[in-house]
Amino acid sequence: MGYNKKLVLLLSLSVLSIVLFVFWDIGEYWDYALPRRLEKAWAIVMTGAAIATSTVIFQTITNNRILTPSLIGFDSLYVLLQTAIVFFLGGGTLVMMNNQFHFLLSVGLMVVFALLLFLFIFKREGKNIYFLLLIGIILGTFFSSISDFLQVLIDPNEFLIVQDAMFASFNNTNTELLLLGGVLLLCATLYLLRYAKYLDVLSLGKEEAVNLGVDYDGVVKRLLGIIAVYVAVATALVGPITFLGLIVANVAHEVFKTYRHNYLIPGAIFVSIFSLLTGQWFVEHIFTFSTTISVIINFIGGIYFIYLLIKENDAW
Amino acid sequence: MVNVNNVSKTYQEVKVVDGVSVHIKKGKITSFIGSNGAGKSTLLSMVSRLIPKDEGSVLLDGEEITSYDNRELAKRLSVLKQSNNIKVRITVRELVSFGRFPYTQGKLKDEDKKLIDESIHYMNLEAFEDRFLDELSGGQKQRAYIAMVIAQDTDYILLDEPLNNLDMKHSKQIMKALRRMVDELGKTVVIVIHDINFASCYSDHIVALKDGKCVYEGTTEEMISNDVLREVYDMEFNVCKIDGNRICVFFT
Ligand SMILES: Nc1ncnc2c1ncn2[C@@H]1O[C@H](COP(=O)(O)OP(=O)(O)OP(=O)(O)O)[C@@H](O)[C@H]1O
Ligand SMILES: [Mg+2]
Repeated sequence: MGYNKKLVLLLSLSVLSIVLFVFWDIGEYWDYALPRRLEKAWAIVMTGAAIATSTVIFQTITNNRILTPSLIGFDSLYVLLQTAIVFFLGGGTLVMMNNQFHFLLSVGLMVVFALLLFLFIFKREGKNIYFLLLIGIILGTFFSSISDFLQVLIDPNEFLIVQDAMFASFNNTNTELLLLGGVLLLCATLYLLRYAKYLDVLSLGKEEAVNLGVDYDGVVKRLLGIIAVYVAVATALVGPITFLGLIVANVAHEVFKTYRHNYLIPGAIFVSIFSLLTGQWFVEHIFTFSTTISVIINFIGGIYFIYLLIKENDAW
Repeated sequence: MVNVNNVSKTYQEVKVVDGVSVHIKKGKITSFIGSNGAGKSTLLSMVSRLIPKDEGSVLLDGEEITSYDNRELAKRLSVLKQSNNIKVRITVRELVSFGRFPYTQGKLKDEDKKLIDESIHYMNLEAFEDRFLDELSGGQKQRAYIAMVIAQDTDYILLDEPLNNLDMKHSKQIMKALRRMVDELGKTVVIVIHDINFASCYSDHIVALKDGKCVYEGTTEEMISNDVLREVYDMEFNVCKIDGNRICVFFT
C-alpha cells in the first residue's frame, strides 16, 4: 500500500472515531449534549495531535524510538509548575480569572526548562539515551513527588476549587483552555513549519545533519521549545498520559517504515486521535466510567515499553 | 586551501590530538596515516567542524571554519565519518538525495536528480538504488554513503577510512574515482587510510600522526620510505619499486 493510501485510511479511521464519539447514543437532549461532546472531542483531538507531533519530533532529535517527552518527565514538570503556581500565588476568588494566566506562565516556564535541558544534556558531547532516560525518570519522579507534597500543603478549600480547572483528566477535560490552548498550538505549529524541512535530515543523526549544513544547535533548541509548548497544552487539557506518545510514534514508524516526516507526523496524529477517542468511547459506554483511558493506555504502553527495551537490548 | 594551526583535543585529561598543524593543498589528495588511536579521526572531525576543538584554528580559504554560515559551508566541504549508523529506514537513492540538501533544502530539481543519478552510477549502485540501506552488505552501504558525499558536490571532500568494508575491486574503483575528481574536477580530497599501498599509489601528500602529534608530513615520495614508516608504525617496512609505484612489503 502506498504512503498516501495509508494516510487516507488512518485519516478515515480518526474521522470515524470522532463521529462515533460525538453522536453515539446522544439521546433526545442532544442540544444539551452535543456542544459538550464536541468540546470534549476537540480537546482530545488537540491533545492527541500535540502528543503525537511532539513525540515524533523528540524521537527524531534523540535518534531513538524509546525516549519520549513524557518519559523524561516533561508532563510531570508541567503538573509541578501548575501546582507551584497555585501554591505560591494562591487560588482564592480570582481562580477563574487567573487560570489562563497560570496556564501561560506554566507554558513559558516549560519552554525555559526545555532550553535548560538543551544546555545541560543535549549540548554535551557523547550524549547517551540511556543516561537521558535515567535522568528523566529520576526527574519525573522527583517532580511528581514535589507536586504531591505541595498539593497536600495547599489549603484544602482552595485546592478543591483549583483542582478541577488545573488538573484535568479525560473524564474532566479542561474546556476553559480550549481556545487559548488552540491558539498556542497553532502558533507552535506555524513556527514548527519553518523548521520542518530539517526533521528528515536530523533523523540521519547529528553528524550527517551538520555535514549537510543544518545549524544543529539552533534547530534542536527551537524544536525542544516547540515540544515544550505542545506537551504543556496537552497536559493542561487532559492531564498526563505517560505512554501515549511512545505507542503512537512507534505505530507510525511501523506503518510507514520511512524517515519522511510529512508522513510520519500526520500518521502519528491520526493514530493518536483514533486511539484516544475510541478508547474514551469504550470508557464511557462500555466500562461506564469504571476505569479511565489513561489507565488503559499506560497498561498497554507500559508493556510495549518493556518490549521495546528488550528488543533494543537484543540489537546490541 | 585548509590551514590547520596548532589544533588540540583533550579527552579525560589525555591530549589525543596535540598541537597539530597541517596544510592541506588545494587540488590534491592528502592522506592521514597512523596507527589505531593515533588521533586521525579526531583530527578529521575537528577539521570538518563535527566536533569542537579545544585549541587552535582551522582556516578554510583563510576563514575560520566555525564562523562560516552552515549552509554555505556544506556546499564547499563534505565529510564522511569512519562508521555510520543511520537508524531510519531509507533507500540508497533517498540517502544519496540527501547530498543535495544544502542546495535544495529538500526540493529536488531536475539537475539535482541528474547529479544523484551520476553519483549512484559513479559508485556502481544502480542495481541497489531502491533497496533499503539496512538490507545491504557493509561494502554496499559504504558505497552508498560515499555516493551521498559525491552528490553533495563540494570542493573539499573529507573521508574517514572510505575503503572500510570494501573489496579490492571496489577499493581500487573508489580510489580511481577520487583521483579523477581531483584531476578532472579540481576537488580537494582528504582521506584517513590504513592501506599504506593505496596511500602510496594514489595520494599526493601524506600526513603521519602518532600519539596525537603530527610526526611527519610530506610528499608521497618523501613519506613512503623505510625510515619514515618505521618511525610512524614502530615496525619494519621494505619499500620496493614495482611498475613505477612504491609498494610497501610488511606482511611477514
Ligand atoms: N569521544 C571520545 N571520548 C574519549 N576518548 C576518545 C573519544 N574519541 C576518541 N577518543 C580517544 O582518542 C584517541 C584517538 O582516537 P581516534 O578515533 O582519533 O583514533 P584514530 O587514529 O582514528 O584510530 P583508528 O585508526 O582506530 O580509527 C583514542 O585513544 C581514543 O580512545
Ligand atoms: Mg579513526
